[in-house]
Amino acid sequence: MTFAAGGGSVGRRDAWYHKPDVRRLGASLGVGLVLALVTGKDGRSGHFGSGIAAALGGVRVPSFLAVGLALWGVATGINRYGDEMRRALAPATAARKRVTGNATFRTTSLLVMLVVAIGIPPMLSSFWQGVLVEQVGIFMLLAVGLNVVVGWAGLLDLGYIAFYAIGAYTTAYFTGTLPVQPPIVLNPFLCFPLAVLACLLAGVLLGAPTLRLRGDYLAIVTLGFGEIVRIVANNSDGITNGSRGATNIPHFSIHLLGINYDWTLNSLPYWYLIMVVLAVVVLLFFRLEHSRIGRAWAAVREDEVAAQASGVATVKIKLLAFAIGASTSGLAGVIYASKIGFISPDNFLLILSISVLAYVVFGGMGSLFGVMVGAALLTWLPQFLRDYVPATDRNLYIGAILVLMMIFRPAGLLPARRRRTELSLHDIPEAETVAVPAPGSMGGSI
Amino acid sequence: MARSAPTAAARVADPIFDVAGVTLRFGGVTSLADVTLQMGRGEILAIIGPNGAGKTSLFNCLTGVYRPQTGSITFRATRTELPVTLLGRKTHQINHLGIARTFQNIRLFPALTVLENVKVGLEARHGVGPISAMLGLPNARHAERESTRRGIELLRFVGLADQANTIASALSYGAQRRLEIARALGTGPAVLLLDEPAAGTNPVEKRELADLIRQINRDLRVSVLLIEHDMRLVMSVATRVIVLNFGQLIAAGTPEQIQRNPAVIEAYLGTGGQAEDGRNPGTDAGGGGGWR
Repeated sequence: MTFAAGGGSVGRRDAWYHKPDVRRLGASLGVGLVLALVTGKDGRSGHFGSGIAAALGGVRVPSFLAVGLALWGVATGINRYGDEMRRALAPATAARKRVTGNATFRTTSLLVMLVVAIGIPPMLSSFWQGVLVEQVGIFMLLAVGLNVVVGWAGLLDLGYIAFYAIGAYTTAYFTGTLPVQPPIVLNPFLCFPLAVLACLLAGVLLGAPTLRLRGDYLAIVTLGFGEIVRIVANNSDGITNGSRGATNIPHFSIHLLGINYDWTLNSLPYWYLIMVVLAVVVLLFFRLEHSRIGRAWAAVREDEVAAQASGVATVKIKLLAFAIGASTSGLAGVIYASKIGFISPDNFLLILSISVLAYVVFGGMGSLFGVMVGAALLTWLPQFLRDYVPATDRNLYIGAILVLMMIFRPAGLLPARRRRTELSLHDIPEAETVAVPAPGSMGGSI
Repeated sequence: MARSAPTAAARVADPIFDVAGVTLRFGGVTSLADVTLQMGRGEILAIIGPNGAGKTSLFNCLTGVYRPQTGSITFRATRTELPVTLLGRKTHQINHLGIARTFQNIRLFPALTVLENVKVGLEARHGVGPISAMLGLPNARHAERESTRRGIELLRFVGLADQANTIASALSYGAQRRLEIARALGTGPAVLLLDEPAAGTNPVEKRELADLIRQINRDLRVSVLLIEHDMRLVMSVATRVIVLNFGQLIAAGTPEQIQRNPAVIEAYLGTGGQAEDGRNPGTDAGGGGGWR
């Protein structure tokens, strides 16, 4: 925005339309126009331009331009008086930090959340209870798992949903709903350890040859893995029942020591089950994050060479992240398979891998609480928008939110301390290098 | 060049490192040419040489980052152990054998705290598994307490204990150098490799660094292999000096011997002919300055 102020060539850059305020006004009005277009009427085939004409007609354009103008006013105001505003609000910010950093506050808010998680769902309609289980709960669990891989170990995994599929198919196999029969048919509860084991194994099998790769290469390989698992499930008719999938997977049930309880089509009991599983997983992961393993992950993520030189077995530690993340999604797979009772390869599309990754990034990579909030918000939002916008436009709004988030809060909604520091470090590398003379130039005494 | 003379001087009685005939090439560039040297247990050995002489390449060969095409490198952590070859081992395995290093351009974990940085080094070897850590079993808790205690001890040793909970990137440059040394010491090395630890530090920090290196050597009984351009530091702390030039070992001896060695003076200041063809990097490393 300070383009015009920057020295260098004079002349055209000083023109009135290069002034920051004017440029900002143009951008705001442009945004208003785009909004008017995308929220307008749909086009019709055969009538080229009818959609655009309809969208631009009537009072829509002026009203959206007014919104743009208002945005411009706010942006200009913040630009002019932002520092003074921040200064005026400094005591309030400090007070907020004092309260939120307080241990009692944290315990209290945790208790409040617990009460909400237990008390609110029974009051919801069965539709929203279903959303809570099949979307919010399952994806919170998946996001917590992927956070280990992406947020802590810093490995970009684009095929994460494959492990979810493996967990679900393991359940289908051991409950005897696939064409191949297991040695003994088990209750879905007993599938938890088996699914975890299967996913651990799959994670190690995928990770061992590929974790020597870095960044982009790993992303491509995992992307391929995700598709391979789905396509194998789709094409192995004799084993997975192909595209017809597994049907009639039994619900959870307890018949133990006189306690008899069956999970049914009702979603609510599943919500509580997910909450218990999630609570256990989060507790274990919280400990892990603050242990030797968590620090080793952070070390590998920040500087792999230095980590190796400090004795960290980097391949092993990355493999561990992969395996732990994979087994978490195995848990989610079991719950999903048993809740829905039906799985097919279409439940494990690439878009889900991308979505879970988006939840993790949106919530704040590396922050256990953040990724749960991210997953909950972004799975709730499409269902909420269902009543307000056309179904085809829903992803547009989600995408816009993600883009805005990355621009204004790149570390995510509730960033982890370590990650926040890493991101803020990217803003100041120049200062560091200026302060430090090049190593070679220090030999001046020789 | 008469190689036999410096090689003979590079032999010691109880070697901790034994580097024999190491040659390292990158395509057509020979970074190390048939380098043979030994490092004695308990010494502070300095490697000097003009920029591009192969000093850091030698470090990278010793720590498993590069694998030389020919030659052998063996290491004996203690007098009683048999020498083990370092070639073909991974960097972290070499670290576990008892070789720790710092980097020419500081490589900390910038978003971790000072204490956490040291703990990464301290914990790399001990085997608390993920299950113990997740369940918070007694052995995991004990290991955690122990590594915190040792970490604070090490930070006290390098003078950073009062900044234990600072984010590493917020430290001053000299403090970051000391933290890197503390992290390396945390891995429990028999030998510490320091790659230009004084680069970018001010005179006061240089004096403190010299004291620290002596303390590491004397109090912790760690042998120190030092790459450094600052001659005053080298001559004041090193027990022995090795000179590399164009990947070849051209001299080895005590600091006094090195300062008088004609081959070394030639490498650094250049002869008239060499200076003219600009082949000698020693001349543009500020040759006119002479010994400090």
